[in-house]
Amino acid sequence: MQYLLLIYANEAEYAGMSPEQGKAMHAEYTEFTKGIVQSGHFKGADRLRPTSMASTVRVRNGKAATTDGPFAETREQLGGYYMVEAKNLDEAIAIAAKIPGAKHGSIEVRPVWPLEG
Amino acid sequence: MLATLIRLLGDFDLAEEARQEAFAAALEQWVDAVPANPSAWLIKTGRNKAIDRIRRDVLFRTKVQSREIASAEADAAGQDEETGDTFGDDRLRLIFTCCHPALSAEAQIALTLREVCGLSTPAVARAFLVAEETMAQRLVRAKRKIRDAGIPYETPEPPLFDERIDGVLAVVYGVFTEGYAATQGARLLDTELCAEAIRLGRLLDELMPSRPDVIGLLALMLLHDARRPARVSGTGDVVLLEDQDRSLWDRGGMTEGLALIDRALGIAGPVSAYVVQAAIAALHVRAGRKEDTDWPQIVGLYEVLLRIQPSPVVELNHAVAVSMVDGPARALALVDSLAARGPLLAEYHLLHSARGRLLEQLERAQEAREAYERALECVAVEPERRLLEARIDRLR
Repeated sequence: MQYLLLIYANEAEYAGMSPEQGKAMHAEYTEFTKGIVQSGHFKGADRLRPTSMASTVRVRNGKAATTDGPFAETREQLGGYYMVEAKNLDEAIAIAAKIPGAKHGSIEVRPVWPLEG
Repeated sequence: MLATLIRLLGDFDLAEEARQEAFAAALEQWVDAVPANPSAWLIKTGRNKAIDRIRRDVLFRTKVQSREIASAEADAAGQDEETGDTFGDDRLRLIFTCCHPALSAEAQIALTLREVCGLSTPAVARAFLVAEETMAQRLVRAKRKIRDAGIPYETPEPPLFDERIDGVLAVVYGVFTEGYAATQGARLLDTELCAEAIRLGRLLDELMPSRPDVIGLLALMLLHDARRPARVSGTGDVVLLEDQDRSLWDRGGMTEGLALIDRALGIAGPVSAYVVQAAIAALHVRAGRKEDTDWPQIVGLYEVLLRIQPSPVVELNHAVAVSMVDGPARALALVDSLAARGPLLAEYHLLHSARGRLLEQLERAQEAREAYERALECVAVEPERRLLEARIDRLR
């Protein structure tokens, strides 16, 4: 099965990191990614620009309206994701628990819902 | 049997239908001769019925891929010589699946009652005090999550096993406490739930022998349950431990519980919180009269429990035990410091009623009454309300 592992974290905390902390974090992610590529679980991954760089689009009555950012006031924001292949939920959870961001923020584990036909 | 069919077929609903069809077939065919191994016959028949159904039914054909039929057939081929051990493994798998932490705590308990204990959906609905339809939907959603989220149908390997076993034990104890101290409504006890929880405890002890936590939990439930006959008066009112007629306690349950504690303590390894709780319950049942209760040792055991599994409930019980050894003033200080710690605790009725009792012992009647009134605001079970109202009346 495929699972999307969504990494949620507090952007403000990330923005406040020193260059050394940022470097250390980057190294941790590189190592983690290398590990799951080697084990064959890796399907894809990306990090995302902060929500201040985001736009939200809604089409109502045929008219598109664009606004600045997501307006939900949440403590944690989506900062990146991994797409993995895992034998079951327990394996996906075990991979998610090793994502460096799990120590500060949280990882949402979502099973991919394949399109039928 | 259901557990084995779920493993073979990989689907709860399919397995349930297969079981029903196998029983129906048995009714027709066993008239002439009962097979040598009835369970193996039922499983084989159920599996065959399910495979027939998959082949027949286009809807199921999309749901269960042909390779899964092949693997079910391959598995089942080696299944004909089914032994009791495999049934046991399958039941344990089923328990771990039903108690998976990706399911809500309520769903875990409901699924365990339905799938492991075999309670009917209306019976599970009654246990939760919800409508049958609501419970049926809740069970369907939980089973759908098991399938769609890929919750494995297997007993986890260590180290994950140690993490998950706590959840399984919490579900069993949750079933028991819901039966022992119903949190809502007019009734105080639900003996059916208590009996189911004890049965589950015995099953776990059989499937995972020599685990102090499992044995401790079983002992704890048996010792609480032994006091059950004395816990509610003829009029359905609460009878506190100190006022209970000890001759009503069930000797059989007490003896079994005490022997289990000895067994658990004989196994090397870290102390389990369930064993400590069972040991506290044992000190209560061992006392022939309430005056004989070994309170200093109970205080000591609560201190052990506070170290391995700290919680406000444990702190409160510790404070009550301290009052029996060092008097109410010291205990009241402990309860007050606990109450000052959080808004959630301010809603905990047992904290206020314990406070009321300590204040009463200190002859501070006005404050005691206020504490009981506060407790009354937080409690939802009718018999407990009556107990508090009686206390308040006494202080007027």
